Amino acid sequence: MTAYDPIELKRIRWRSRRGLLELDLVLERFFAQRFDALSPAEIDAYKRILDLPDTDFLDVVNGKADLDDPEEAAIIEILRAV
Amino acid sequence: MRAALQLSEAGLKTAVLSKVFPTRSHTVAAQGGVSASLGNSEEDHWHWHMYDTVKGSDWLGDQDAIEFMCREAPKVVTELEHFGMPFDRNADGTIYQRPFGGHMSNFGEKPVRRACAAADRTGHAMLHALYQRNVRANTHFFVEWMALDLIRDADGNVQGVIAMEMETSEIVVFQAKATLFATGGAGRIYASSTNAFINTGDGLGMAARAGIPLEDMEFWQFHPTGVAGAGVLITEGVRGEGGILRNSAGERFMERYAPNAKDLASRDVVSRAMVTEINEGRGCGPNKDHVLLDITHLDPEVIMSKLPGIREISIKFAGVDPIKAPIPVVPTCHYQMGGIPTNYHGEVVVGGKPVTGFYAAGECACASVHGANRLGTNSLLDLLVFGKSSANSMIDFIKQQPLELPELATSDVERSVARVERLNKQTNGVAVNDARTAMQRTMQAHCGVFRFKDMLAQGVEKILEVEKMVQQTEISDKSSVFNMARIEALELENLIEVAKATMISANARTESRGAHVRDDAPDTAETPNGRDDANWLKHTLWSRDGNRLEYKPVNMQPLTVDTIALKTRSY
Ligand SMILES: Cc1cc2nc3c(=O)[nH]c(=O)nc-3n(C[C@H](O)[C@H](O)[C@H](O)COP(=O)(O)OP(=O)(O)OC[C@H]3O[C@@H](n4cnc5c(N)ncnc54)[C@H](O)[C@@H]3O)c2cc1C
Repeated sequence: MTAYDPIELKRIRWRSRRGLLELDLVLERFFAQRFDALSPAEIDAYKRILDLPDTDFLDVVNGKADLDDPEEAAIIEILRAV
Repeated sequence: MRAALQLSEAGLKTAVLSKVFPTRSHTVAAQGGVSASLGNSEEDHWHWHMYDTVKGSDWLGDQDAIEFMCREAPKVVTELEHFGMPFDRNADGTIYQRPFGGHMSNFGEKPVRRACAAADRTGHAMLHALYQRNVRANTHFFVEWMALDLIRDADGNVQGVIAMEMETSEIVVFQAKATLFATGGAGRIYASSTNAFINTGDGLGMAARAGIPLEDMEFWQFHPTGVAGAGVLITEGVRGEGGILRNSAGERFMERYAPNAKDLASRDVVSRAMVTEINEGRGCGPNKDHVLLDITHLDPEVIMSKLPGIREISIKFAGVDPIKAPIPVVPTCHYQMGGIPTNYHGEVVVGGKPVTGFYAAGECACASVHGANRLGTNSLLDLLVFGKSSANSMIDFIKQQPLELPELATSDVERSVARVERLNKQTNGVAVNDARTAMQRTMQAHCGVFRFKDMLAQGVEKILEVEKMVQQTEISDKSSVFNMARIEALELENLIEVAKATMISANARTESRGAHVRDDAPDTAETPNGRDDANWLKHTLWSRDGNRLEYKPVNMQPLTVDTIALKTRSY
């Protein structure tokens, strides 16, 4: 894996603290199991997902809605599976 | 944000500090709605709402504050509508209102539809409406800033906060003429909680360290229906729409505990019934440790349209499709009734007098409208009513102040810096996770929805041991940028204050009242529900200094109507 800006990684980690317990639980699993193996492009996609409002984010994770961008959709698949 | 809006619109320079982007505050989780006696669906009156709230509070709520809140409710909800809140509507364009546990008409006679909602996104919609208005009103947001401590001068007057910018770990003084805490609850003191990880009670920790007592901290509402094993909430709206609780025999057991309201009885009545079923061996699952919430009889159309989020939650966190099978649920810590003591003007009150320059509103505050038990939907209402009233008090206060801010003594700011330095220098210390887990397990086991005398006494000892761990936390990452380890260690220092306040206050209160239910204070003919008004009709005040407990009387005198006289609380 090419190195990702360590400062940015820490920012991403903090912004993964959300207002909804459900997301906290899913993202906690995600960081424990999957995050370290992501490529820089995948991390970029995850970062974009973090800009979603919590309720929309949860809808996507729950499969109630989908994201158009294929890279983002691929991350969502991981989140749905953890 | 409700207070900030009022302040900015009055032309005052207003800074809002938040650990996270404001619309990602925990309020986003509120699904059920906000109450107001609008009477859009059927006849309703603020006086009935007041009665329900006093009764819900098990008479521990202050009746002046409760009258104020219930009378203001229609006004603040209508205002919110004008701010752009997308409430669900009736065919005639008025706000749609749904039934909710504890909402009754005509002084407790029969359920009434009083909850106003925006689908199952009420909190989210409220945050967005208020955030947009604040941006328009030029409120200045400091996002990803964490307040560390309250600044009080030699006279005890509040002069602002010390805060840390997360991106740099820089510590900065925010001096202000008036300071309001709206920092939310501390539900993360428990192992099983519906609260997001961010609910660490920072405002309570800061207040306690600044010598402000915390009021009625023994009262925590446990939501009856958290998904067993995860804590994720299944909204009470599910029961409002016809969901039924069943035990292992498939029996609708609420009929035995609350013959009138049944599954719509108030939360603590339902929680207690569930734990009784589980304790008496009628729980479900291999460990008989939960009960079932059944909506399989509802039309799937109704489930999808009226309760859209519930199916996903159940599938993801319980592994069950509620259209086909009932959802396993268990009582889970949900809401903190106690907090920083305020009056209904939002002023923080200590020793009968307002603390100059200090205000609090929302879940971190105790006005006290929720008393020993909050009614669902009254807390979003609390935010709107007391957010507004505290801002009005602040505006009046600021007008009387000289233009110049007084000079601060360096000693006023040293406390925070010392805390951060201790953490940075600690060696051979305790891992933050270990200390937090020890605290959460202790609270859950010794001070949960049902409380036992011996367990509480041991719990006090244990939590004081855990406090020693918290004083020695060590972090391996000492870097400056978005140091989550440091943030979590500082949050834990706030949580532990709340945990101590809760355990010590609960141990001392030897009655059962509202959400505080003790095995050794049972329901008898002399003390129905175990409530002991002769000795315990009073508010607890816990001070950090020496874990001192004091008490103050409940205000039984409303503003304009007669006292709602003491009665046994039954539904
Ligand atoms: C799952 C769930 C569902 C609920 N549903 C309902 C409902 O339907 N109806 C109802 O009336 N109530 C409901 N409640 C209760 C209600 O949502 C909360 O009581 C209410 O939202 C609390 O709002 P608040 O503004 O006090 O705190 P929060 O919304 O938690 O906001 C606190 C703010 O303070 C900031 N903050 C905290 N500490 C610091 C610090 N140290 N420095 C800087 N900023 C800080 C945070 O960043 C955040 O912005 C529900 C609660 C839960 C958990």
